[in-house]
Amino acid sequence: MYKIILPIRYLLKRRITYFAVIAVALCVFIVLVVLTVMAGLVNEFKQKNHRFAGDCVVGTKSLVGFAYYEDFVEMLQREDFIEGVSPVIKCPALISRRDSEKKKQIEIMGIDPAMHSRATGFAETLHYHKSDAPNAFRPAYDPNLPGCILGIDLELQRDAQSQYSYDASPAPVGFSISCLPLTAKGALAQAGTDVIDTKTFYYSDNAHTGLPKVDGSVVYLPFEQAQQLCMAGAEKRANEIHIRFRPDVTLEQGCSKVEAVWQSFRQQRAGADLAYLLDNVTVQSWKGYRRESIAPMEQEQTVMSVMFGFVAITTVFVVQVVFYMIISHKTKDIGILRSLGVSDFDVLELFCGFALLVGALGSGIGLLAGWAFLVKINRIEDLLFERFGFQLWDRTIYAIGEIPNRVELNVVVAIFLSAIAACLVGALVPSWKAAKQRPVETLQVNLL
Amino acid sequence: MESMSKDNSILTAEGIHKSYRMGATQVKVLKGVDLAVKRGEFVAIVGASGSGKSTLLHILGALDKPNKGVVTFEKRDLSGFSNGELNRFRNKTVGFVFQFYHLLDELTVLENVYLPAMTGKSVLGWLACRGWAKNRARELLSQLGLAERAKHKPYQLSGGERQRAAIGRALMNEPELLLADEPTGNLDSATGNGILEVLEKLNRAGQTVVMVTHDERIAQRAGRIVTLADGKIEHRHTR
Repeated sequence: MYKIILPIRYLLKRRITYFAVIAVALCVFIVLVVLTVMAGLVNEFKQKNHRFAGDCVVGTKSLVGFAYYEDFVEMLQREDFIEGVSPVIKCPALISRRDSEKKKQIEIMGIDPAMHSRATGFAETLHYHKSDAPNAFRPAYDPNLPGCILGIDLELQRDAQSQYSYDASPAPVGFSISCLPLTAKGALAQAGTDVIDTKTFYYSDNAHTGLPKVDGSVVYLPFEQAQQLCMAGAEKRANEIHIRFRPDVTLEQGCSKVEAVWQSFRQQRAGADLAYLLDNVTVQSWKGYRRESIAPMEQEQTVMSVMFGFVAITTVFVVQVVFYMIISHKTKDIGILRSLGVSDFDVLELFCGFALLVGALGSGIGLLAGWAFLVKINRIEDLLFERFGFQLWDRTIYAIGEIPNRVELNVVVAIFLSAIAACLVGALVPSWKAAKQRPVETLQVNLL
Repeated sequence: MESMSKDNSILTAEGIHKSYRMGATQVKVLKGVDLAVKRGEFVAIVGASGSGKSTLLHILGALDKPNKGVVTFEKRDLSGFSNGELNRFRNKTVGFVFQFYHLLDELTVLENVYLPAMTGKSVLGWLACRGWAKNRARELLSQLGLAERAKHKPYQLSGGERQRAAIGRALMNEPELLLADEPTGNLDSATGNGILEVLEKLNRAGQTVVMVTHDERIAQRAGRIVTLADGKIEHRHTR
């Protein structure tokens, strides 16, 4: 019982202990806030990539694309694990307003908006046609004109609050889009003549994926028209097929099944004229497909975790110093306890219990403060911006809406346990030394 | 000879040697001490400062170990005790009273007194006996004239009161042997006299007491005086 009473009394009576509690609380506070915000940003970014790509992508990086995609789409649609399939045309192009000579490099994505909305979260990214995705390429001002959907940053700009200013309906603006159609062999179509194919499309909507690179460079066109612009030759081709699995299918299961279907399809088409175009086609989960974008964020998160690992080491050191100081003041108590028959292991337990108390109290305070700060973090940032013009992330540059502040229970538990473990590690050496002291030495009596 | 009365002894020490390293030199403190203490005896060990009397007391109470020699308690050799047995010996069989009281500042006087009962028990064991322990501690404080001081902290007490509280703590588990190391060394004459009266009273009630002091006048209050000089028992005197 004294192993419970004495640590509580030490905690309440020794002011130096408050420093250990404050040190632990501060470290826990910082780690909770940073991990929550970083994990929130990474998760949000992953979700946006997932929404953009669907669950799985079958495709090639070759601009030529691959043939027989329609048959493969049909095969996939017959599978019971598939929710939606969307073939996509992708190729680089130039865009200019019809009233301007200024050209900008873009990437065309040719899609069927209805199919693409079933396979990905495309419909959610639209502004004017969010609930009417199949008609997304029909401009409100003249539904008979060929429409195009612009990545939002191509047409609009964010304000400091990360908000876009939309008109009530899309402005009647025409865009000239030019690209170089390629044959199945990769040669320029109509070589020796004017090979640049240019068509005019009319602004019908914006797509806001939240992925800066996509929102700043992608223009969505109707699938067939994009195919005509980018692909020359009699055989129809596509660059990618985006797939969504049914909710009860895991990513790994779904991708494995798609891979199996693809291999079966390849065998069926082994002798076809354009079978060689199937050689470079890969089946990837959305994570693999968007790895180039996600990996740096994950790397950043890892670096941050390592850096805050050093913070934890600092906590251990601070606790160790404080415990050395506390125990050096408590050597007499150790001697008294030993003279009363307390074993060295009991002394170790006593001070480890003390460390446990410091860790639990410090991390409790830190977690509570961190949670309260995270609940108000966006309000605090707004206030700082309104009063002092300070913003954690410049919203005109970074595609961040609100600062993520959802505290995950598993993170809280992990931080709590780590803080207690850090305190125990910090207290272990001084406690061990205290336990090993000879009673006659700790009583500080004249040995002679 | 000390060995003549060994058969009636509760505690014996034979050929005790103890040395310490101080820097490069080895200081021999005890050079073959023989001592026997009978049950119910009040023995004073007298010696000049540095004669090794406190060291001898710590060895008798199993707080320290001799380099050579044997200490037996009720004919059991302490060197054969396991660590657990030594801890139980210090908790149940011996009560220590130190010159500087050595009370725990964070505990009240009452808590300090029942601390030995608490340290000897598990949490459940303590919960089962805490009523008895608190009553016993209050009774001891009452006998020692500290009933009104039970809830005070040690720093709120005078030196004499602290030493009486320390005696109460030493007696908590009804030890067979009370070891007092200069119990009046930090007190004025009148207060020290009060402490000696407490020890005498305890001894009259049957408590075996071994007291270390450098003061011959204080030693006169004991039933037997043993003088320690040059690391050996030099002179014995019975009152």
